Formats: sequence, structure tokens, C-alpha cells
Amino acid sequence: MSDRNLEYDFKWCPGCGDFGVKRALEQAINTYTEEFEIPRTSNVIVAGIGCSGNMVHLLDGEQPFGIHGIHGRTLPIAFGVSTSRPDLNTIIVAGDGDFLSIGGEHIGPSAARNPNITCIVMDNGVYGLTKGQSSPTSDTGQITTSTPFGKMEAKMKPLELYLSYGVSYIASHYSSKPKLLAQFIVDGMKHKGLSIIHVQSPCTTYNDTYDILKGDRKKGIPGTAFIIEEDHDPSDYNAASSLLQKGGVPLGLIFKKEPPTINELQDKLIQDKSKKIEDILASYSI
Amino acid sequence: MVQKVKSKDFVIRFAGEGGQGLVTSADAMGRAATGAGYYIQTFSTFPSQIMGGPASSQVRISTTPVLSNGDSVDVLVVLNQYAFDNHIEELSENGVCIYNAQDCVPTGEGNYFGINADELAKESGNTRAANMVILGAISTLIDFNLESIENFVKERFTRGRVGDEEIIKSNILALGLGSEVAKKSGFVVGSLEDPIPPKYEQIMITGNAALSLGAVSAGLDSYYGYPISPATTILVWMEQNLISKDKFVFQVSSEIEAINNILGAGFSGKKAMTATAGPGIALMSEGIGLSWMAEIPCVIIDVQRGGPATGLPTKSEQSDLFACMFPAHGDVRLPVLAPGTVEECFYVGGLATNWAERYQGPVMIMSEFSLAEKSENIKKPDLSKVKDERRNSNTGSNGYRRYESWNGQLSPMAIPGGDVSYVANGSEHDEIGDTTHLPRHHVRLTERRFSKLDLLNDALFEIENPESEIAIMPWGSSKGVTREAYDKLIEQNNNLSWIYSVSLNPLPPDVLKQLKQKKMVIVPELNYQGQWSSILRMEGINAVSVTQYTGLPFKPTDLANKILSKIKLEGDKF
Repeated sequence: MSDRNLEYDFKWCPGCGDFGVKRALEQAINTYTEEFEIPRTSNVIVAGIGCSGNMVHLLDGEQPFGIHGIHGRTLPIAFGVSTSRPDLNTIIVAGDGDFLSIGGEHIGPSAARNPNITCIVMDNGVYGLTKGQSSPTSDTGQITTSTPFGKMEAKMKPLELYLSYGVSYIASHYSSKPKLLAQFIVDGMKHKGLSIIHVQSPCTTYNDTYDILKGDRKKGIPGTAFIIEEDHDPSDYNAASSLLQKGGVPLGLIFKKEPPTINELQDKLIQDKSKKIEDILASYSI
Repeated sequence: MVQKVKSKDFVIRFAGEGGQGLVTSADAMGRAATGAGYYIQTFSTFPSQIMGGPASSQVRISTTPVLSNGDSVDVLVVLNQYAFDNHIEELSENGVCIYNAQDCVPTGEGNYFGINADELAKESGNTRAANMVILGAISTLIDFNLESIENFVKERFTRGRVGDEEIIKSNILALGLGSEVAKKSGFVVGSLEDPIPPKYEQIMITGNAALSLGAVSAGLDSYYGYPISPATTILVWMEQNLISKDKFVFQVSSEIEAINNILGAGFSGKKAMTATAGPGIALMSEGIGLSWMAEIPCVIIDVQRGGPATGLPTKSEQSDLFACMFPAHGDVRLPVLAPGTVEECFYVGGLATNWAERYQGPVMIMSEFSLAEKSENIKKPDLSKVKDERRNSNTGSNGYRRYESWNGQLSPMAIPGGDVSYVANGSEHDEIGDTTHLPRHHVRLTERRFSKLDLLNDALFEIENPESEIAIMPWGSSKGVTREAYDKLIEQNNNLSWIYSVSLNPLPPDVLKQLKQKKMVIVPELNYQGQWSSILRMEGINAVSVTQYTGLPFKPTDLANKILSKIKLEGDKF
């Protein structure tokens, strides 16, 4: 939706982290499209359901393709797009509830297959669109509309989850630095395989974590976000694992490996095995 | 010498335990018969386990195309006591039972004789030729030309390997030994009439393979699936046959993945398909709703089994019709194609992919266990006549509107990488795909989503004897057996119309018009509620069902009798 459509009835709240992610995504698509000289329409955004999924309608400028599907199923939809059309730049935009809770079952199998998909997961630690219920990444003990006496479950650690599942590109960032974030998104698009860019994108209405992330000296809050040290080796699984044990929100590339994509593997395995319909039919002759 | 009664068809059944080669035996008999110019149909029933458990496999051999499994069994081969006890009641009046003398002691009097196939196989010099001993005995009992089986043996074992000749010799010897035992028994079932070989070229194929072949011959690009009886053979078929650099086939992690995979593939311009059974349809519900709402072409096959829940995974039932025609929440009614024969499976496999492209949405194919797994010899399809229809993607480059109002034509569907883009939206949307909840858009697009089914108007249907006030209308896999019952009823001078449509939604206008004129429409179907007659009643048609929910298909004479009683019962009401 490049021009504001007056009948379109969705808005992000003022200050929503998703605005920053939107700017980063627009920039990343521009950069990638120009660098690889692909048609703008070769970018496909598969959007989840939740505040963040509305991203697909809110992008400015020349529009990419989009599917605004159903809750939790961005990975399987994107798998269909990416494996059937490996020439396309397939991008997922989804929230923590969509990607990690209802859609959690798809992360492991997707990691094992390594399709060429770039996932941007906007983590605000809450179900915003349904007005403030606890999500997998809400803190334990956190009071939300669905946990009036405090959340009982342990808080999920998505980055550790991605690493142990074998996701081939894992980056972590926050929404407040769109230009930096854009670089990781482009990097993820260029990476051949499954990339996840996990972005802390605060919800100003139900779970405002800006201060906790960035810290506030006046209020005496130290800030949980930190830039990953330059000597971190993202190709080293153990280094990535220890980095995540530190806690807090690392900003930067955590892990990267380069196994073949599912399409590359298929092309290799079926070489010289192509079948013609006439021959298949003939195999049933009496 | 016993008088040999000439007969145009025989049913031969092998019963025992899973893993004893029952299917192989039925298949071998079937192939020998097709080689000689007969028509055949096989049917198997087995428990949902890898090995063991009571199972049976049968072949019906006929001088004319086979429509059903038949009423009874003419030659029953039982390999153990349980099989004897459970199948002997189905033996026909002149039928003969051959029992495995090692594991079975028949009770009561009857046309039974024992055979020690393993010992005779040893005698032939080939311990693996026990099934040949049995086939030799069978061919003598039905006066089937032993040479045809010998030819089959020669063909099967001529593999260019050392020892082929030895194997062929011993198998033929085993056939002869079996034949001798049958002769000595003094029993005779009858004499199979000479075949009337068809003039056209044939193939022998199962329903599931025919569906797969039909879809691929119409240009199927992508297949994603999850194993589930009785649809697994489609996934396996695709993995082994749909192989090309620009195609993609993959076993994914669930039916939820599979439906969303084919939406992704369909959206990106490909002809995509998945196949499942009832439990998978339940899991796919939300995804199917999305394909209807966002208007994404895709084909879903439901190979029905008994339900609900895990139900009867390897049995026959036609109880998913409500779930398939109305598979999702909200205002949804899917196009449904239900093939009735193996030949129609091939036709529907292709047609469904073309319908999905033409009307830009999901198409449901409903097969069923007995149709999926039966082998039949059918006319070899002419590939040059199969169409590969693709969506209209000619958008032009100015002011593209993906979801225009329906005006008898469908606005084009752009393909990623082309001139213009849009968002395929599962939320209610306006012309360009932006989310909106305004009443006028919801009204306009709801009407668009239903009206465009008008484009699906070319499925085959049959109307015979239209002048009668009472019609018989089967659907899906009960077509063949209903036809056999119908032919019997017509022979007995009953005045009945025959109405059949491969498409259950939309119904061809001619069919709908006929149905509405009838005083009564009788629907034989394998479910408790009478699902198809219920849907017909929604359309204002006076339909009643003849139901069966045993997990087994109808039998023709039994069905004919049930239809007659139904006419009597209901007929008194008007």
C-alpha cells in the first residue's frame, strides 16, 4: 500500500518498535533489489497474524508481493514459495506469538531443511493485537491480562532455540537502529539458507521495554542490550552458545554456517533422474 | 464328469495373514487374466499394521469391464483357520474353497479341499513357488487357460539374469502340480467364457496412481504431503515420478505444513497439490479457508477412510463429504470432484489442477480407500488430449486490481517476478488486497468468491432414462457397484433414471434440473447420516439415502434389494 488507503483499518500505536523494523525492511529490500538487479516483484513477504504482520500492507514506495496468511504458518507458506520458486527473495515478517508459540512446531523442521528464507521476528513479549496477553517471551512473573497473578511459565529463549535447532543464520537486534538492522536483514537475504533476524520491537501500549533494553542512567536502569564483541566468531557453535549464556539482548550476528539449501540438494540428487510423463505412463502398460 | 457351467465372471479371493503374499497372488492372477484379454479389478482389505493380522485380497475376472467386487466368492483360498471361519460364508453356491492343509481343518460339509502348497513347491524344485501351486489349482477349477498363467510367469521372470530359465521351469512345474491336485479333488466351479479382448491399448493401474498420473500429465509442478493411510501411495508416487529440475516434491512435517506449502507454491505461480485422509483434512481446515479467502489455486485430495478420529484407517467409508465441501469456518463451499472409477481418477487428477487455475482457488478431490488401492485394466489415456490450463496472469502494467467484482470474468492473478504486485490477503480486503472491514467490500467479495464457481462447468456427468420419476444417484467410489445394481434392476423391468456427476460442487445445471424434477432420488452411500442426500435436500431435491457403514463397500445384489425396499417404503408416501 504505497499511498495511504483511507479505508484501510489498521494502525500501529505511536512509538511502536515495528515502525523502525519497517524502515529497516524497506531499506533492505531496496539494497538487495538494486544489488542483484532483480525485479521489485521478485520480493515476496509472507506475513503472520498480529501487529507485526500488518507490515506487509504498510510499506512505502514500490510494492513487493505479499501473502497475509493465517496465524503461525509463515514458515510453511514461505517454504512453499521458496522451494517452488527458488528465484524469489522470500521474506517472513512475524511476531513472537505467531512465530514461537502457535508456529513453534515449524522452526525445527525448517532448520533441518534449510530453505532459502529470511525471517524477521519482531519480539515484543506480548500479544498486542488481542490487547496484552502473555507470550512465550514475556517474563516469568509478568502481570498481563491473561496472567493477572504473574506468568507461571519459564520465559522462552528463542536465540538458544534457533541455535540448537540448527538454523544456519542467526542475528539479534532491536528496532531502534533501523540502518544497522537493515544491514543484517540484507545479510540474511544474501545468506543461502534459513536466516532468522530476531528483533526486539517494544510494544509501547502493553509491554514498553525501551528503557530496559537501552537502559536509562537517570532512572538507574543498566540496559540489557549490548553490542556483540568484534572478536566473536559466528562460525563457532560453542562461541555462539556461550554468548547466549551471558543473558541480555546481544546486538549483531550470533551464528552462521553454510550447509546446502534444500533446493541445491534436490538439484544435485535428481541430476539425470528426470522422468518423462510418456515413460511413466508406459510403465503401466499391460 | 461334472457339468461345467459357463460364466462371464469369477471372483477369486486369497485370505490369510498380512505378509503372506495375498496381494501378490491376486495381482498375479489379475495380470495373467488381463494378458489373456479379460477385464479385472482387485480389492484388498487389511488391518492397519505392518505385518500379520487378518487380511484378504481378491481379483474379479470378467469378459466385460468390472464394476464392483461382486456378491460372493467363487474360489476362496484360505491360508489359516481364522480366514476359513471368516470368509467361508461368502462362498458362492458353486464355489470351491482351497485350504492350506497344514494350518486349517475345515468345519462342516462343503466344496473344500486341502492342498499342501509348500510341499508341492518343494517338489517343483522351487520352495518359493507355493503361490504358483495355488494358481495352478485355481485355473483348473475355473477352467482358465493354464497357458495364460505360464505366459505371465515367463514374462515376469525373464529378467536377463542367470537362472531365469530355471525359475520359469520350476514355476511352470508348480502350476502343473497344483492343477493336478485340483483335478483329483473332483470339484469344479465352472468355466470362464472366452475373453472379448478390448480393441484399444490398456494399462493396469490403481486409483491413487491414476490420480497422480492425471495431475502430472496436466502439468502439476509441486507436491507436498504427509504420510497417512490410504493417501500415502500418492506421496510415494510423486517422490518417485515427479522428478525434474523445475518441479518440487517434499514430505513435510504435518498436514498443516502441507496445506500451507501448496498455498505458497500456488501463490507463486505453480500448480500445486497435496493428498491426505480425513484426519489431515481436519488439520488443513484453516489453510483451506485461507486459499478460498485469498484466492490461491491449489488441489487437495482426500482419500477417505473410516472416521472420525483415527477411525478405520484401511477401510471403506464415504463419510468426509461434509468436511470436504465445507472444510473451513466462515462462508465457504469448495468445488468437489469425486471420481467413481479408476479411469475417472486419471481424468479428475488433471481436471482439478485446471479448475484451480481457472477459478483461482482450492479444489477438493474425494477418493476413497477401495478406489485408491484397487487395480484395474483401463483404456490407456491419450496424453495429447490432456489440457494444461494456467491462470490468467495477464495484468497489464497500470492500476492492477487483484480482486475486482465478479462480472462473469475473473480479474487476473499476477505472478511474483512479473510487472505488478499485490498482497494475497486472508483478512477481508478491497480490490487491491488491502485489509478493510467495510460492509460493501465484504458483500462484494463474498459474492465474488461464490460466483466464480460458474467457471467450473465442464465436468463429465451421466443421465440415462430421464423419463422415470425415480432416480438412482451414486457418488464417488460407490458408482461402479451402484451401476451393477442399477443394471440388475433395469433387467428386472424397474423403471429408474440413472444420474451421476463427477462434480458434486458445482452441480452441472442439467443434472440439477433433472434432479429437481424427480419425485425421489435414491443415493447409495457409505455413511450413517446420508451426507450427499442431505446436501441434495439443501438444494430442494427429494433425496433419500441407502446407507451402509460397515467399513466395506456395497455388494451389488444386496444394494439392488436395498434400493427396491427403499422405493417401496418411500414410494408409499407419495
